[in-house]
Amino acid sequence: MKISREDVLKVAALANLELTDAEVETYRGQLDDILTYIDKLNEIDTSNIEPMTQVVAASADGWTLRDDVVVRSDVITEVLAGAPDPAPLYFRVPRVIEK
Amino acid sequence: MTAATSWTIPEVRAALDARKISARELVKEFYTRIDHYNPELNVYLALSPERAYAQADRIDAAIASGDALPPLAGVPLAVKDVISTRGIPTTCGSRILEGYKPVYDATAVTRLEHVGAIILGKTNCDEFAMGSSNENSAYGPVRNPVAIDHVPGGSSGGSAAAVAANLATVSLGTDTGGSIRQPGSFCGIPAMMPSYGRVSRYGLIAFASSLDRIGPFAHTVRDAAAVMSILAGRDPLDSTSAGAPVPEYTAALGHPLKGVRIGIPDDYFAEGLHPEVRKKIEAGIALLEKLGCRRVSIRMPNTDYAVAAYYIIATAEASSNLARYDGVRYGARVPGATLIEMYQKTRGRKFGAEVKRRIVLGTYVLSAGYYDAYYLKGQKIRSLIARDFREAFEKVDAIITPTSPVPPFRLGERTSNPLEMYLADIYTVTGSLAGVPGISVPSGKTSKGLPVGLQIYGPAFGEERVLQLAHAFEHAGGANL
Repeated sequence: MKISREDVLKVAALANLELTDAEVETYRGQLDDILTYIDKLNEIDTSNIEPMTQVVAASADGWTLRDDVVVRSDVITEVLAGAPDPAPLYFRVPRVIEK
Repeated sequence: MTAATSWTIPEVRAALDARKISARELVKEFYTRIDHYNPELNVYLALSPERAYAQADRIDAAIASGDALPPLAGVPLAVKDVISTRGIPTTCGSRILEGYKPVYDATAVTRLEHVGAIILGKTNCDEFAMGSSNENSAYGPVRNPVAIDHVPGGSSGGSAAAVAANLATVSLGTDTGGSIRQPGSFCGIPAMMPSYGRVSRYGLIAFASSLDRIGPFAHTVRDAAAVMSILAGRDPLDSTSAGAPVPEYTAALGHPLKGVRIGIPDDYFAEGLHPEVRKKIEAGIALLEKLGCRRVSIRMPNTDYAVAAYYIIATAEASSNLARYDGVRYGARVPGATLIEMYQKTRGRKFGAEVKRRIVLGTYVLSAGYYDAYYLKGQKIRSLIARDFREAFEKVDAIITPTSPVPPFRLGERTSNPLEMYLADIYTVTGSLAGVPGISVPSGKTSKGLPVGLQIYGPAFGEERVLQLAHAFEHAGGANL
C-alpha cells in the first residue's frame, strides 16, 4: 500500500480540504492505484537528466518582460460586488485575531 | 442555400456582403436554435444576448455605411467557461464559482471581438477543465450531438458540441492534456491546440500553467486557421506568450504536400488502440501518402511514461493554482466558525470529486519527502518526452497519430475508474508536455457511425505545416474514410 488513510488526511489538511470519511476511503484506494501506476517511472534512470520546468526556456525567441508600470484599474466596486461577504473596501472573513 | 447556422466563416462573410442576412438576424437564428437544442445537449451554461446583439448592431452599422469589415465580422463564437468574459458568468463548470462574473476579458476574447466575432455565450466543460468526458461538470454532462447517448469528450466538450451541433460557427476551448483535440475527435470536427506560448493565456483561469493553451474548434480547417491568425501573437499581459512572427495561417492552405515527411511512431500503435480506430488512422495515413507525403517510421521511446509524468505535473500545478478558491474574494462561501474551517468547508463542499482527487494527488506529490520522488521525477521525464519530439522532428516534418485510442463512449461507461480514464489520454498528453502544436481532424467513422480523429503534430511554432496537412487531408475526404 502506497498511501494510508492518515496520508490522505494530512494532505487534505495541507490543502484546506474538508473530506468526508467516505471520500477519504475512496481517494485512498484510487490514489493508491494511481501512485502504483506512477511507479513505472522508476524503470528509467534519470540521474543525468535535467528537469523541464517550463516550455518557454526550451524555445525562447525574443521573450521579454514588459516594463513594470503602475496603471489604474478602477475595479474595486465591481470586484467587491462579486465577493461572498464584502465590507467595502474590504473582504470580510471570520475573526482571525482575538481582541 | 444551407441553414445559416451551419455556415463557415467565408459563408457568413459572403452572406453579410450580399446582404442576404444581417448580423442581428444571424445571431437571432443561432439563439433560436440554441433554445431548441440546449435543453437536451446542455452545451451552453450562460448566454450573452445583450453583448451579442450590441456587437451585431455594430457590424450591421458598418455594413450599412459601407465600411471595410474586419476578418471575423459577424462570426458567432462560443467560449469555454474557463475563459474570462467581463460581466458574463464564468463558472469553470464548478459550484465554487457559481455566480462569478469576471471584471475583465481574456486576451483571446478581446482579440476575436475586436475583429468582429460575436460572443453567443459560455460553454459547459469538465470542472476546471479536469476530465476527458465532460461528466465532471457540476452543471451536468454535455451530450455528443453525433451520438446523443455518448460523451462529447472533454474537457472542452461544450465547445466541441457547440460547433458540431451548429450552435456556434466557431468556438474556443482549452487544452492541458488533450482537452481540445479529444472532444474535437469525439464530435467529428477540426480542433487545434497551438504551440505553448503561441496564444496568450491572459484571462484563462489556470489549471496547470505550464501546459494550458487556448485554441479553436471549427467546421473546417480553414476556419480554424482564420481564428488562429487572430489569436496568435505576443501579449504583454502574458509573459509566456511568444514574440515569434504570426503568419496568416490561411495562406499556406492548399500548398502541395509532395515530399512532406510524415513520421509514424510505432510506439503509438501499441496495445490499447481500439481496432476500428487503428483501421481508420491507417486509412488516413494512406490518404496522406496518396497526397504526396512520404511515410517515415519513427521511435518515440518514452511515450509509455507520458501519462504518469503528465498526471504528476498537471495535478501539482493544479493543487497550487486552485489554492485561490477559498471563499474570500469570489464565488461561493460555506460559513465556518474560524477562517480555516471556512476555507475547508467551502473547498470540501463546493469542489467536485475529480477536482478534489487531483488536489489531493497534487498536494501529495509536492509534499515534503515526496517532491523528488514524484514531482522532480515527472519533470525529468518531461525532458525526455520533449527530446523524443525534438529528435523526431530532425527526421520528419510532422507526426501522425490517433487522437484518442478509443471512439466516443457512452455516458457513465467509464466514470468508476479514474486511472482507466487517465490512460486514454496517452496520445495527447505527450504533445502537451513537449509544448508542440497539434490538431485533430476527422478521419472516418466506426461501423457504429462514431467519429475517429487523426492527430497531426508539428514542431514548436510549426502551426502552418500542421494546418496545411490537416486542410489537405480534409479536402481529400478524410472525414469519409
